[in-house]
Order: sequence, then structure tokens, then C-alpha cells
Amino acid sequence: MANMSLNKVAMPEQDPNIRNKNFEEVALGYGIEQAIEEATRCLQCKHKPCVGGCPVNVPIPEFIKQVAEGNLEEAYQIITSENSLPAICGRVCPQESQCEGVCVRGIKGEAVGIGRLERFVADYHIQNVETVVPEIQKNGIKVAVVGAGPAGLSCAGDLAKRGYDVTIFEALHDLGGVLIYGIPEFRLPKKLVATEVDNIAKMGVTINKNVVVGRSITIEELFEEDYKAVFVGSGAGLPKFLGIEGENLNGVYSANEFLTRVNLMKAYNQDQSPTPIRVGDNVAVVGGGNVAMDAARTALRLGAKEVSIVYRRSEDELPARREEVHHAKEEGVVFRLLNNPIKVIGNEAGWVTGMECVKMELGEPDASGRRSPIEMPNSNYILDVNTVIMAIGQSPNPLIRQTTPGLDVR
Amino acid sequence: MYKILKKEALNQTVELIEVEAPFVAKKCEPGQFIILRVNEVGERVPLTIADYDREKGSVTIIYQVVGYSTKLLSEMKVGDFINDFVGPLGQPANLKKHNRVLGIGGGVGAAPLYPQLRKLKEMGTQVDVVLGGRSAEYVILGKEFEDICDNVYYATNDGSLGITGFVTDVLNSQLEKGVEYDEVIAIGPLIMMKAVVNITKPINLPTAVSLNPIMIDGTGMCGGCRVTVGGKTRFACVDGPDFDGFEVDFDECMRRQGMYKEEEKDHACRIGL
Repeated sequence: MANMSLNKVAMPEQDPNIRNKNFEEVALGYGIEQAIEEATRCLQCKHKPCVGGCPVNVPIPEFIKQVAEGNLEEAYQIITSENSLPAICGRVCPQESQCEGVCVRGIKGEAVGIGRLERFVADYHIQNVETVVPEIQKNGIKVAVVGAGPAGLSCAGDLAKRGYDVTIFEALHDLGGVLIYGIPEFRLPKKLVATEVDNIAKMGVTINKNVVVGRSITIEELFEEDYKAVFVGSGAGLPKFLGIEGENLNGVYSANEFLTRVNLMKAYNQDQSPTPIRVGDNVAVVGGGNVAMDAARTALRLGAKEVSIVYRRSEDELPARREEVHHAKEEGVVFRLLNNPIKVIGNEAGWVTGMECVKMELGEPDASGRRSPIEMPNSNYILDVNTVIMAIGQSPNPLIRQTTPGLDVR
Repeated sequence: MYKILKKEALNQTVELIEVEAPFVAKKCEPGQFIILRVNEVGERVPLTIADYDREKGSVTIIYQVVGYSTKLLSEMKVGDFINDFVGPLGQPANLKKHNRVLGIGGGVGAAPLYPQLRKLKEMGTQVDVVLGGRSAEYVILGKEFEDICDNVYYATNDGSLGITGFVTDVLNSQLEKGVEYDEVIAIGPLIMMKAVVNITKPINLPTAVSLNPIMIDGTGMCGGCRVTVGGKTRFACVDGPDFDGFEVDFDECMRRQGMYKEEEKDHACRIGL
């Protein structure tokens, strides 16, 4: 008989008022008893909706069954048959809109904590089991993977398992893409990313850092070098800005730049890193997605006194994961919803001193089905801030498109 | 890891290194740049390519020892390895065959100017150059330019080489003499490039400048290198680094360049600069 508790087994977390001052991981993960208890909530449905909800079709009920029986290495082998990055996916996949979003237990109560279980199984393996590379029958076919982010790493891992001769080309000096430059340490420890990358390298994948495909070498030249296929996982590209006055003032960052300085360049540890970061006492983060939450929570940890999320729609439309919004609120991030920036204000020397905003209300649904925000007349006010972080998305990187004739991009 | 093949001090604060970097050497063109990280915890430092040898697979860069990372670089010797060296980045300079072009190089700006003028010369353009600096010892690559240019002029603040004055004084006197240039390529401190454009814009003499703003990744991802050109925000790393000088908002560039002055001072203290 399954454990019929309506709620997930709680996962221990650092106290909000302690964690908002450090970069240690917020969620501490299950212990073995908690994991087994949560695993018994799975109904082992015959039709497995969760597997259909998973982009890489992890055999979820099968691995959870092994967890419930305490066979943790078996569970790990089942997960990694389809997913090369379990410690990462268990932490940062948007489970509520994928596997857990379609879990039968979610109809009444909370879905099974699939992400938490995946994380537990992966962590247990990393801590207790030496990864043994299975014997791989090589097929001798060369494949190039552009970008060592989550997509490229997964692709490389899967192809290597099937015997392909895989080479990854990464533009940055370190591997992991957004996992290493974007997602903060407190949500995804970089040591774990390095471990998962190592596991992929152990399968015989060649990794070339500091190679910008589109500049250092083109896709056409890769084919000339006898690669039979090229996977382009170049990731998100140029950060978007609002196009309002004052966006180039000193103190205005794109979230990409802000997070890259802190994460990839490790500016959160100024004693160790020569890369500077400047955070004022009052910080506004414009946008409502996961990146905005990461930037806001990072700014708090860097010592900002007040950090606001400025978002033009209401709480229901926030694109961030619920859990991230919840964590941000717990840590003291202020949510200025239905507020839209219209101008960044600066002083003589070119530094940000404030941001003019206008209040919004929700009107009729727009093309996306969301109620579109409308400016309220005469509601302008000036938010007192000295750092502004723009987290409003990005457009694809143009480098590969510009240098690959005939590449169809939609 | 990228081996240092050659190292030379061009003056008290400017050094040249040749680095083994086959991916960069194979593809780079005048106007493009690289980013390096001296060691595994280093900053990413963008530096313009001064020369390259495709056969040898090497790239030459010239830098001024001004901050934390260039000081570390300065401590390295031939045979040592630089941790990271990525490129070529940015767009190649848009070089067209003209009748006559004037290059203007201020201080270390002469380094990225050199491959551009050499290529123009190869294309059959008559090339003059003005090299400037505080005094004779701050003027670099004089001999190299003399080998490829039709005329080389010098301007130093103290008159120790060429005229006493600025590169713009030479520009003015050339224009007064009636020398007809189709284009000016000015590379150097922002204040110098701005002064050049202040002369060339009113007479509509096309002027290319090369910007070297603060940046991290160099592939368009961070947006830290944004500059206003023609009223629009452009990213120097993917849209530049060369831009139409008439359109560049130099005052904004100068403000943004000073973004981390205080932090840089702090780091400089720690390494005893």
C-alpha cells in the first residue's frame, strides 16, 4: 500500500535569514529515510504520465521503486540510462511543469517529489560509489557538439554511450554553460557540475575549451574535418534590454553580466577573484523569471540592503518557478508587481541614482493568453536604487547563424 | 594551455608576447581581438591582436602593464603557459582599397592599428601614419610602421620624438597642407579618438575607431561592452570592436570605462602596483 500522505516529505533547508548572507546551497536534500518515505508515495501507475512529462523520458516509476526498496545504485543506473546529468536535473529542472506536473498524486495533494528523489539518488551515488565507465563499443563516427551547457553535455553523454566519437567545443574557459555562469552556487554547487562533466569526459568525450564555433572554426569547417554531424547547443545569446533611457548608465547590468561575474568569475569571493562586482544598497531587478530570482537573491547575498523585483504583470503571471519565488520572498526580496520601469535616472558622473516606474493594471488577455498590463495614468514615481539588473530574457547568439550559410533559424 | 613563444619589452610599461594559439592564428583578421586568462582564477582580459603567423600557429599581442592581470602576465616568461586564450573575437575591420588612408595610433593603440594598415598597404592603398605618446619611449612599433607605410609622423607631448604636441596637430597640419585622405583609422585612448573625430566629422572625412570596453565573455552573452553608436546600443564584442567614429558616444564610453576604478585600485594595492 502506498504512503497516502498528501504532502511531499519536507526537504531540509538553510534558515532564510542565515542563507541570505551566504552562498552555500539552500536546499539540503533528503536523507535515506526521507527518500524512502517519499518514494513510497509513488503509485507505480501503469500508464506512467511522469515519463511522458520528462523531456528525456527517465523511467521514473522504475527508479522510484528501487529507492523505496533501498536499492540506490540500481535506481542510479536506471536514471542514468536516459539522463547523463541527474544531480543537476534533480535540482534545477522545472519539475512542476514537467514530470511532477502530470503526476497522478498531484490531482489531490502534492505530486511525488520526483526531482528531490532524483537529486538524492545522484548525490548518494557521487558520495558513495566510484563511477565505473561501462565498456563502450566504439563505432568510429565523429560527431561535434557546440557548447558545453546542459543540452550539449546531455547530447555528448548520450552519443558517447552509443559509441560515437564525440568532441565538445566550448567558448568559455570552463564547462557547464548556464549551469556554471548563470545558476548561482546556492542553487547548484559548481562542484557537482564539475563531477557530472567529469563523468561525461570519462566516457571518452574530447573537450575543447576556448573555441568559439562561428569564430575560431565554422560549422562548415567541422564537416570538412570529417565530423558527420554537428549538434548546436549554443544556448541563450545576447541579453535583451528594455530600450528605455539611461540603460547604459554605470550600475545597470544585464542579469547575464551580473550572474556571470558572480558565478563563472567567482566575484562573490572578492578575496580570491580579481573580477570586480559592484552592488549598491538598493537594487532593482527587472523581470519575473528564474533568472530574475537568481539575480535578486544573489544581490542580497552580496550585501544589498533592499532588493526589489520589478515586474509589470501580477504574481500569477510570474514566469519563475513557484519554489524560486517562495525562496526569494523568504529571504526578504521585495516584490513590486504591476510596476513597469520607464527610465533609469543617473547623476552627473553617469551612475544610477533611481529608476522611474509607472504602476500597471491588468486588462484583457493578450496573444499569450495572459492578461496584458496597462499603464495607470499619473502613477509615475521614482524608485530609489543605485543598481539595476535587467532580467528580461535574451535573443539567440548570432555568431553561428552569421557564419553558417543555409542554416535555417526560426 | 597556451605557450608563450616570445616576449619583448617595448618600453617601461608596454610588452609584446607571441603566443601559441593555433585556432586563433588560423582564422584571425585585422581588427579582431582575443580574451585571455593568465591563470586559473584570472580575470578575462580582452586584448587586440597585433600580429599573427598562420603557419606557426601563433598570435602576437601587445599590452600595457596597468592592472592586476597585465601585471601577472608581465611576470611570465618565454616557455610559460597562459591558462586560457580564446578568439578570434569581434568583427574583422572593414578594410577597403582606397587611394590614401591615414592611420593614427596613440600609445598601445598602435598595436591593433598595425595589421590594419599592413593589410591596406597590401591592397594597394597609400598609407600614412601618425604615432603619438607622452614621450619617445611611449611610442611603439615605429620601425614596423616605417617598413610598411609611405609616411610616418610622430607627435610627443615633450617633443622627444617628432613634433611637440598631439596626434591631432599632425592630422590638422596634413589637412591644412591639402593632403587628401579617403579615410582615417584612429586607435588609441578614448579621449584621442574623440579629438580626432572632432576634426574629421565637420569635414566629413570617414573615420573608423576601435573600442576596447569592459567585457567578460566576448561572445555577446554579458552585454557589459555595450556602447551607443548612432543612437543605438551595440555590443562591441559582436558588432565591433571597430565602429564609425562619427556615430560613437565617446562620453558614455569614457564613463563606462571608469566603472571599476575603485575596485581596480584596491587590487593594484594588493599586488603592490
